[in-house]
Amino acid sequence: MKTHAFHRSRAEMLPERPAPITTTGVIGWLRTNLFSSYLSAALTLGSIAVLALIVPGLIEWAFIDATLTGEIGKDCPSEGACWAWLDQRITQFFYGFYPADAYWRVNICIALLVPALAYMLFDKLPYSRYGRWFSLAYPVIAAILLVGGLGLEVVRTDQFGGFMLNLIAGLVGIVLSLPIGILLALGRRSRMPIVRMFSVGFIEFIRGVPLITLLFVAIILLPLFLPPQVTLDQLIRVMIIITVFASAYMAEVIRGGLQAIPQGQYEAGQAMGLGYWQSMRLIILPQALKISIPGIVNTFIGLFKDTTLVIIIGLFDILGQARLLQTNPDWLGKVDYETFLLAALFFFVICFSMSRYSLNLEKRLDTTRR
Amino acid sequence: MAEADAAPGGAEDPIIEITGLNKWFGQFHVLRDIDLMVERRERIVICGPSGSGKSTLIRCINRLEEHQEGKVVVDGVELTHNLKNIDAIRREVGMVFQQFNLFPHLTVLENCTLAPIWVRKMPKDEAQQIAMKYLERVKIPEQALKYPGQLSGGQQQRVAIARSLCMQPNIMLFDEPTSALDPEMIKEVLEVMVDLAESGMTMLVVTHEMGFASQVANRVIFMDEGQIVEQNTPEEFFNNPQSDRTKLFLSQIL
Repeated sequence: MKTHAFHRSRAEMLPERPAPITTTGVIGWLRTNLFSSYLSAALTLGSIAVLALIVPGLIEWAFIDATLTGEIGKDCPSEGACWAWLDQRITQFFYGFYPADAYWRVNICIALLVPALAYMLFDKLPYSRYGRWFSLAYPVIAAILLVGGLGLEVVRTDQFGGFMLNLIAGLVGIVLSLPIGILLALGRRSRMPIVRMFSVGFIEFIRGVPLITLLFVAIILLPLFLPPQVTLDQLIRVMIIITVFASAYMAEVIRGGLQAIPQGQYEAGQAMGLGYWQSMRLIILPQALKISIPGIVNTFIGLFKDTTLVIIIGLFDILGQARLLQTNPDWLGKVDYETFLLAALFFFVICFSMSRYSLNLEKRLDTTRR
Repeated sequence: MAEADAAPGGAEDPIIEITGLNKWFGQFHVLRDIDLMVERRERIVICGPSGSGKSTLIRCINRLEEHQEGKVVVDGVELTHNLKNIDAIRREVGMVFQQFNLFPHLTVLENCTLAPIWVRKMPKDEAQQIAMKYLERVKIPEQALKYPGQLSGGQQQRVAIARSLCMQPNIMLFDEPTSALDPEMIKEVLEVMVDLAESGMTMLVVTHEMGFASQVANRVIFMDEGQIVEQNTPEEFFNNPQSDRTKLFLSQIL
């Protein structure tokens, strides 16, 4: 009778071997990532070709042929980029019409923002107990510094402008839209019909109307309805509208996260005697928010860029400053690309940082593979 | 169908009293006229085909399911819409689920201390000491600082048992605790449950582990179509089943 191969049993187990050289190191990386198939190789080469067409020209325009000094637009010859305006105008791009002798107040605000954010965003920092309190107190400190009072000269909010205005409106929106969005998301899933109907109505109405419309309503129509003695600062109205707008989107992002949590998690909390708010805070929201991080950060980034819409109600944010300079007779036709490029760079730095932080946070919260 | 008799031995000191319990899911009549007395320290195994209402029955005991008719009294407190009563009962009744339902974002230790700290208002140190005691009892104290996702199914279910015990309940409900486990892990979970039974815990266990039933149960209840069809001591139940439905069920699973 014939013996079959599968009847044999193994006398000793095989030792571990290193992976083949072609799948590790630089060559392995190139192979798996850039040249894994004909299509992938073609795409790689095509991308290199496109970059070779664009990048040298861009560098030449922006740096090599660029004009760095000059008093007015005529000082810039036409071929390269014109950066001569930076010298006179960069402060206005950043601070708007904020009084120059009070720039230090904005600077302190920004310097303090770094630790205030850090203590909110990262654990394991020194003195983090006091740091958290500092983070909570920061909005008040910043408001006093920016607006004035307590011995500081008062600056009217219509003097705010430039990138500083985008930062302020964006940060307020980000900080407030998350908690409001959470409440709306919970409200939409509530068993109480009144709460649910209010949340659904609010979310659907706000999402169904363009932000610009809401801004116009807040600035032009609202004063007509309110009694004349009620005056609400224009900047505050803008911040409320941006926050409300982002909250509606935030609510839907978080609702998605809530729906991904298995029913068993709710039941386990209930079975142990935890109340609704305890269950939400300790069990459901930490998991739901973690799942929602990409969507939340997406909304944050969208909100931050939406702050440029304040231009249409007459506030001069960074894009407003760019438009102002472009239409200035001294610089007419010379700085159209350069000013927008600078504004884009400002936004990119902030938005890209948010995106990187969210990746870091996702890794930190991943409890499945530590 | 033969009407099931009262608990063998009679109810002298019932910790759970269920009378005339009826429940519907929409139009589906899932529990029909359930009467059940459970004595202190009694260990009951509930079995029956899927959809027979056995899970729903034990979930009515801690109000994870609301019943429409009848009376459920747990440790002298009646379950009604009164939220205070519901919370009081849930503090005293532990539950272990088929899918473990551990909190994936918390470590094993944090899973165990969460309810004692927030529900019992226990100081953190004390809660941790108690948690370690029960983790030792289920034989995984060394996993205390890991996350549930890093443990095997059997280990997770043992953590879930320890987590319930940390609330120091009077009654433990088990809803198919071994049904989601690989065969080699069922044994380690059953061992913990046997140990718990021997310590005198009142237990209601929905399971198909008939070996466990004959080893530790005082009483086996067979349910079908939302009714208690037969209940008896494990010996009588397995060797001398009365109804045809019970005989058919036993012939299918044994």
